[in-house]
Amino acid sequence: MTLERLPPHAPAIERDHAHQLLRQMLLIRRFEERTEERYAAGKIRGFLHVYIGEEAIAVGAMRSLTDDDAIVATYREHGHALARGVPAGALMAEMFGKANGCSRGRGGSMHMFDASRRFYGGHAIVAGGIPFAVGLALADKMQGQSRVTACFFGDGAVAEGEFHESMNLAALWKLPVLFMCENNQYAISTPLATSHSEPDLHLKARAYRLPSEAVDGMDVCAVETAVARAAASVRRGDGPYFLEFRTYRFRGHSMGDPQRYRAKEEVAQWEKRDPIVQFIDRLAREGLVTDVEIAAMERDVANEVAWSVEEAEQGPWEPVEDLEKDVYTPTDG
Amino acid sequence: MAKLTYREAVRAAMREAMAADPRVFLMGEDVGLHGGAFAVSMGLFEEFGPERIRDTPLMESTFVGAGIGAAVGGMRPIVEVMTINFSLLALDQIVNTAAALRHMSGGQLSVPLVVRMASGGGRGLAAQHSHSLEGWYAHVPGIKVATPATVADAKGLLLAALADPDPVLVFEHATLYPMEGEDADDTPMTLGRAAVRRAGDDVTIIAYGGSLPKALAAADALAAEEIAAEVLDLRTLRPLDVEAIVASVAKTHHAVVVDEMWRTGSFAGEIAAIIMERAFDELDAPVARVASAEVPMPYSKPLEDAALPSAEKIVAAARRLFS
Repeated sequence: MTLERLPPHAPAIERDHAHQLLRQMLLIRRFEERTEERYAAGKIRGFLHVYIGEEAIAVGAMRSLTDDDAIVATYREHGHALARGVPAGALMAEMFGKANGCSRGRGGSMHMFDASRRFYGGHAIVAGGIPFAVGLALADKMQGQSRVTACFFGDGAVAEGEFHESMNLAALWKLPVLFMCENNQYAISTPLATSHSEPDLHLKARAYRLPSEAVDGMDVCAVETAVARAAASVRRGDGPYFLEFRTYRFRGHSMGDPQRYRAKEEVAQWEKRDPIVQFIDRLAREGLVTDVEIAAMERDVANEVAWSVEEAEQGPWEPVEDLEKDVYTPTDG
Repeated sequence: MAKLTYREAVRAAMREAMAADPRVFLMGEDVGLHGGAFAVSMGLFEEFGPERIRDTPLMESTFVGAGIGAAVGGMRPIVEVMTINFSLLALDQIVNTAAALRHMSGGQLSVPLVVRMASGGGRGLAAQHSHSLEGWYAHVPGIKVATPATVADAKGLLLAALADPDPVLVFEHATLYPMEGEDADDTPMTLGRAAVRRAGDDVTIIAYGGSLPKALAAADALAAEEIAAEVLDLRTLRPLDVEAIVASVAKTHHAVVVDEMWRTGSFAGEIAAIIMERAFDELDAPVARVASAEVPMPYSKPLEDAALPSAEKIVAAARRLFS
């Protein structure tokens, strides 16, 4: 899977816009570094799947979507939630299992929801969120809404039956879904070539007659541009669209992954393409950011992350008496 | 009250709901022009058109999952799964998403979805179309399970399911489709209320879905032996009307639970446990269970009959309680 084949992409960018993208990527990076540290300290339990290395995708994609669009993500969704505008404190508190968490401590790292921002999870059955996204889009279409449902999933999901069924149904019914595959090269330990007879994943969508593209997922501008183009097509009523972002997770699948399946040299090669470092290099080259500005941004982000930990620490536990709450919807009488 | 069949009652409920609420639509395999594998939706395609009566490709997991998404997105979908055995292809969506979404989102999302499917044996359809797994679904918190056994309930419980804010699975025992009965009146039904279908003082026969006619036939036969059986129709397995079970057993002091599930791990076991916990001192004999034999459903009629509960087996089980 070479990235060299993808067309180079460097559209002009405004300074403020560039700073917003950079700040969001930095926020996700520092926030997740802090979650790793809090995990090691025993404050976060269960699984913790960090997005480090893949930040350009969520940040670039959200920038090209509107508040009315719906987001469906996976268990590796902290970055998407932050980029969508879910407050860092609500996310950290959720990971701490506190009642002020975005899912009231019922979901944890893998199940983050914020209905007010149309952020619909946080799905941890691989590919399980894809039919759900198709259904949201069906509801929009039947109700005459011109909204997009953006559905994120990984390369592993592309091997699941529900992926193929969903491509077929969305295409048949011309549903407004934007499928976004974050191809980070591994389904836990299994490399692309061991999972897929056709490792050019975006070609699979072509079989269902979806327009599809492979995009450099390490380049936030390339992501933003591709998503803007795809979302416009979906919003026009031209049916679903498929984007495959080629990316890499710099960390293990989850915490404590010994990563016997890949060479350190391979990780190092990809780390040279770190989306944050690359973007800073580009902006510096073009005179769009200074070291002083970056340092100020880092301080600002560090404060936000520190405050999120404080909110999580101070947050109350959901009372055990409420254990069976929210299994069913309360009704009158 | 007008007479109609169970099949017509289900169709009438769907028609009524779709006429009253533009958010209601039906999707599933062959539900359109074909009218459904069991002819339940016959005529609805002509009446409501392809937008609201949607034929899906064969993809149980995805069309149930799409139903969940559409429900969260503001619609009121009815998803028809052809048979309960096929619903296992959608088990992931039902258990991991529909049932869990409200809780794992901290109460932010509700899933007003109705999934209907044909269940049960007795039709010579062998080991992949004949089972009764309602109790598996009733095991799962977050969903509700309705098992209408009468024509009125076929309509009324489906309307109640559609009015419910949470996912409801409706199991239509396929042997009941041609059964005639009285239409429901206009009083809305409530999920979670059992009904005494026949009063009696000597033994409570607890049944649901396709076992109800067998239980009533058994009660007739027992009456000839001067055993007055009370027949309690559970109507919904979740929520379960525990108080109705306890009240009836407290009156009769004997219980036979009829269940088309395989005996091991059957829902009848749950009912027996509840009676033990709540009414142990009322019992004059151990709770009896009449369930299916421990075998994938055989095709041959004598073998299938032998595998399923029957009125005769219920009578025998009741009689043993008094011997």
